[in-house]
Amino acid sequence: MNPDLAFLVEVLVGGLLSGVMYALVAIGFVLIYKTSGVLNFAQGAMLLFAALTFVSLTERGVPFAGAFAATLGVMVLLGLTIERAVLRPLVNQPPITLFMATLGVAYVIEGAAQLAWGTQVHGLDLGIDDTPMDIAGILVSRFDLFAAAVAGLMVAILSLFFRYTRTGLAFRAVADDPLAALNTGLRLPRIWAAVWIASGLVALIAGLLWGARLGVQFSLSLVVLKALPVLVLGGFDSILGAIVAGLIVGAVEKLSEVYLGPVIGGGIEGWIAYVAALGFLLLKPSGLFGLRSVERV
Amino acid sequence: MATTSSPVAPPLRRPSANRVGLVLLLVLAYGLVPLVGTSYLYEAILTPFLALSLAALGLNLLTGYAGQLSLGSSAFMALGAYAAFNLSLRLPVLPLPVTLVLAGLVSALAGLIAGLPALRLRGFYLAVSTLAVQFFVAWVLNRFGWLSNDSPSGVVSAPPLVIAGLSFEDARGRYLVSLTVVSLLTLFAWRLVASPTGRSFVAVRDNETAARVIGVEVARTKLLAFALSSFIVGIAGVLWAFAYLRTVEPAGFNLDRSFQILFIVIIGGLGTLRGAFLGAGLIVVLPLLLSRLGAALLGDGFDSGTLEMGQRIALGGLIVAFLIREPAGLVALLDRAVRRVRRPA
Repeated sequence: MNPDLAFLVEVLVGGLLSGVMYALVAIGFVLIYKTSGVLNFAQGAMLLFAALTFVSLTERGVPFAGAFAATLGVMVLLGLTIERAVLRPLVNQPPITLFMATLGVAYVIEGAAQLAWGTQVHGLDLGIDDTPMDIAGILVSRFDLFAAAVAGLMVAILSLFFRYTRTGLAFRAVADDPLAALNTGLRLPRIWAAVWIASGLVALIAGLLWGARLGVQFSLSLVVLKALPVLVLGGFDSILGAIVAGLIVGAVEKLSEVYLGPVIGGGIEGWIAYVAALGFLLLKPSGLFGLRSVERV
Repeated sequence: MATTSSPVAPPLRRPSANRVGLVLLLVLAYGLVPLVGTSYLYEAILTPFLALSLAALGLNLLTGYAGQLSLGSSAFMALGAYAAFNLSLRLPVLPLPVTLVLAGLVSALAGLIAGLPALRLRGFYLAVSTLAVQFFVAWVLNRFGWLSNDSPSGVVSAPPLVIAGLSFEDARGRYLVSLTVVSLLTLFAWRLVASPTGRSFVAVRDNETAARVIGVEVARTKLLAFALSSFIVGIAGVLWAFAYLRTVEPAGFNLDRSFQILFIVIIGGLGTLRGAFLGAGLIVVLPLLLSRLGAALLGDGFDSGTLEMGQRIALGGLIVAFLIREPAGLVALLDRAVRRVRRPA
């Protein structure tokens, strides 16, 4: 293969794989947005909280499975608490109010997580070595492949859950039309609780993968900022959109970093995804897979 | 000022009492405070309070009145501060007030551009687009060293505050400059929200379609809201950098600052001018109170890391509490308290 082309493919694959990681975070948003119209800014803080709790437990000698189960339990409790204490009293408030409430929740969780577990950086080793693998002349990170596989599995499980279980059916009904769902006797609060548990689980998985990649520290909660352009591009209410947009954003970011960076200066990954997503939106305001109307406020 | 006779003026319950209160406040701020103030009061409380109030006032025009959520306020503060820095560096002939206005105009122009997506996007999509502005501006300021006079660290000291040959370099002088700027711009904002333009902001916020029906030019109104808001926020940035920090650096204008300003507006009260001041007061005083409280309660085991986390938790908790218990903010609490005092049941 032409070395330039091989390099391009390598960059592209790396971008797509990191895009899967973005999509994983974005899915946590979509779950909650679809059912309750809340853009949960605290998703990043939840991710940080999960990763910090897990790491702190394993550092105290708890085995992987035990730490995972305990953290999952904590995340379920956290999700239920947020839903019960913050969002339920705010039912029927405008979406922007709900969003700002989750911003407040994010601050509380970030503060509490670091107050409880300290602010130092923890390494998180999931036991996957990060040596590049040679596939048909293209170097691919083993860890990225693993992360992509986990994310794919996660999406598959969620899809099966929503397609074939009663709760999943109820979830889709609520997402479709909350009032009609309420009318048929679905218990909205129970579904919200289920969704918050699911998003806690997503936060845990994403937290572990991101934590292993970046180290478990405060900046982990900033991956939420990586997920926002993905959401804008894919639509806030589409899981498929989150995945496709995640891949696009990952690829755009890596390609522009490598090919555009030398021209206009480094460090553009902070905003290039936003600009790309916005540019796309200005052309097609409903996003990739979002519903027709963008007027949610 | 013929506010009472103007048909679009808001129905003030006791205009005379309000005006008397305002005059009293100004007399206090200009007359009494400079007599008794200490430099701690000026530097740690009053000057940051004034700068943050002004920024919140600007954001409130956009978010509270015109209903366009912005998460990028501190980018406009940064633009104002850097514009003022470069103007005073490269065009030293300009008197400071002119520099201030020009810096505000630079920020307003950027706001106009940042407002363009608002013509097609709403709600969260728009909020995310303002985040793009936040990150892009931070990148530009770091990328082009010329903007910070090629300082290797990116941190530059602010030029001295000299107006008409008089130096306002000491703590009190910087307070007085801030106070004057904030008073003038508050007066401007106050007239603005009572004007037809201000009314059309509210109309766009409450119902865009209805606003269009009654003849409000929605696109023009949104862009105007972005520009005017950015003008004020930009000047607040100049005050923050020149009068409070005394340095200009991108790190002072990060996303946390944008959120802080948004929090001030929420806690104070969306869509009120007084709210910006009440909220800023709380946000400035809260950390000081918490550190005193923490030191008193915990004694030695109390370090700055704990304090920072405690502040984060308290701030987040306050936001949630206000949104649930008192969405109209401190202003509503204050009004209720005043009513209770005036009419004891």
